[in-house]
Amino acid sequence: MTAGLQIADLCVAHGPRQMVRLTADIAPGEVLTIMGPSGSGKSTLLAALTGTLDPAFQASGRITLNGREVTRLPTRQRRIGILFQDALLFPHLSVGGNLGFALPRGAPDRTARIDRALAEAGLAGFAPRDPATLSGGERARVALMRTLLADPEALLLDEPFSRLDAALRDQIRSFVLETARRHGLPVILVTHDGEDARAAGGSILSPMGAPVPAS
Amino acid sequence: MTPAAPRPGPLRLVLGLTIAALAVPVLAGLWGTVTPALKPGALAALWDWPGLFPAARLSLVTGIGSTVVALAITLLILAGLRGTRAYAALIRLLSPLLSVPHAAAALGLAFLITPSGWIARALSPWATGWDTPPDLLLVNDPAGLALTFGLIAKEVPFLMLMALAALPQTDAARRITLAETLGYSRAMGFALTVLPALYRQLRLPVYAVLAYAMTTVDMAQILGPTLPPTLSVQITLWMTDPDLSGRPLAAAGALLQLALVIAALGFWRGAEVAARRTLRHLAEQGHRGAGLDRLAVALATLGAGTTTAALLAGLAGLALWSLAGLWPFPDILPEAYSLQTWTRAGPGVWQATAATAGLGLATALIALALVLGCLEAEQRFALRAGRTRLILWLPLLVPQIAFLPGLHALALATGTGGWAATLAAHLTFSLPYAFLSLAPAFRALDPRLAPLAASLGASPDRIFWTLRLPLLARPVLTAAAVAFAVSVGQYLPTLLMGGGRIETLTTEAVALSSGGNRRLIGAHALLQMALPALAFALATGLPALAFRRRRGMAP
Repeated sequence: MTAGLQIADLCVAHGPRQMVRLTADIAPGEVLTIMGPSGSGKSTLLAALTGTLDPAFQASGRITLNGREVTRLPTRQRRIGILFQDALLFPHLSVGGNLGFALPRGAPDRTARIDRALAEAGLAGFAPRDPATLSGGERARVALMRTLLADPEALLLDEPFSRLDAALRDQIRSFVLETARRHGLPVILVTHDGEDARAAGGSILSPMGAPVPAS
Repeated sequence: MTPAAPRPGPLRLVLGLTIAALAVPVLAGLWGTVTPALKPGALAALWDWPGLFPAARLSLVTGIGSTVVALAITLLILAGLRGTRAYAALIRLLSPLLSVPHAAAALGLAFLITPSGWIARALSPWATGWDTPPDLLLVNDPAGLALTFGLIAKEVPFLMLMALAALPQTDAARRITLAETLGYSRAMGFALTVLPALYRQLRLPVYAVLAYAMTTVDMAQILGPTLPPTLSVQITLWMTDPDLSGRPLAAAGALLQLALVIAALGFWRGAEVAARRTLRHLAEQGHRGAGLDRLAVALATLGAGTTTAALLAGLAGLALWSLAGLWPFPDILPEAYSLQTWTRAGPGVWQATAATAGLGLATALIALALVLGCLEAEQRFALRAGRTRLILWLPLLVPQIAFLPGLHALALATGTGGWAATLAAHLTFSLPYAFLSLAPAFRALDPRLAPLAASLGASPDRIFWTLRLPLLARPVLTAAAVAFAVSVGQYLPTLLMGGGRIETLTTEAVALSSGGNRRLIGAHALLQMALPALAFALATGLPALAFRRRRGMAP
């Protein structure tokens, strides 16, 4: 069994237009950065990886996660977590409720695990808070912990830092990348920002698989 | 330095008139209902009526039952079918289905399920052995099942349309995707992450559906039980009885009906709280609902399919009957076709058509002027919708049967009955729908246009007439068509405020429904459907024609 996320000749086309052509092997704790301007197929690649591709696209290739082929599995069985541009916390649940949403059903010590996750994010005691009262950085950290509590085997980052202001950006970026590394997750970071790509440290490709210089 | 505040002027007057048109009939009517109901003897007489408990129970059971099922079907469609081809087809059918008047829809369903209807014909004699229509009470059944089904079929399109308007604000697609990446089924993801936000927007429409379903008169008269009928039908019978002694009884009944609706709304509110708690608990405990998707798809397909097919088949049946010559049981199609019904129907049907169209046009024009005035005032004076939203829903939440009797009495007492009073009543019910139809498009118009035009020297009036109105031609005409369609469908306001002297297609179709002349019923119901359909066709066609050389104006 090969650990990590393997993408073998993943091709996605919309009619005659080829959007994605990618082969990659991302070991646990490693980051692959996908860079390109908007409209270049970055979100199409993420949709193909999570299994939410619109039927109008034609896709081929193989996606393997820790030796398990997930190419044709429904989204909910893939165990690929994703962080979006904004935190997308559910406004009707408390911070703790949002984290509980991600914990598998019947997991023992729910409250303790939620509290531990919050402590790991430097947000101890935040469980009863209303998500709307959180700062941008706090929301981003809660969103990451929510994704991790579902126990994913890979993590996708869909420009998760682009909405944060410059000072916060560095801080949240290193928190997310370090946490993912500590949890041993293969990570794909999608961005149009060279700074993000350099900070991630891994190789940088375009959605069509071409190497992109990090400058 | 800030520019001088705009002068209030005529737009303020429009705001006031609109609020008056919405609220005055309802409040005056309620007052006119409650006062005679509280006179000595009225409530006691109602108490002595032997049908009281069955009638009240019918009203509660059919009203709450149909609302629960209609809401469930709507949510299942959203949870299970979104993104499929069936969903797209259903969305295209929504507006046409919604524009079908309640009476026509009910008559179509009655034709479909009656013992001599299409369903029985399709199964006879090979499956049922029937050579003649069986003696079964399939329509007007004492439990009110036919009525409940009719209400469900007619309310699903309305709730769907309201839900579609609210859905973009709930970020549904991304929330469901996120839930799926966390291991949730689509249906469970919808229920736990989208529904709480969606329902907040859907609450008033659902209350309106509940109030309507409990108190409808025309649908209950066509599909509902007869001995006793629903409370609302019985009140109407007392009201229209030439012997005036029924009036206090009617007022007392109307008061009871209002109390029942308030009680049902209170019960519903409690159920909402319990449902919200349950959903939150399920979310916090991480219930993934693994097997739910297939069930949701199956139930949504069944619910949407049955109601849509029944409505469409019923309407087709109406059209066919109006053209049928001899059509013996159990033939699926008539033996011969003829135009006899149409030629023999005589001037009566055309007079009713003219009256219906005239009332509808007048209602639509006034409603449109008021709605445009309100929305323009909202833009110019930067008003916030806030509390006015509730006034808009007032005529839809307070049951017609609870305030029209009082309004009728006031009209009689002040000698203002007849056409003007009927028009005012139609306006009260058309205004909210016209407003709900136009407001989203009006508010969504690019906010940079008006400042841009003003910076080029255009006055606010010129911006309205030469920019907003032409740019919004399609939604403006659609709102007018909505107001027209609502007016065409009005039964009780026409019957009561017109004092029985104004005959529209709707009042005629309902009056005919108790008799057996299917061909004539078919003709009336068909015309009743054709008028709104024509209005919607014009609302779509005219802007397309006017802007055929402007690709940016394509819908």
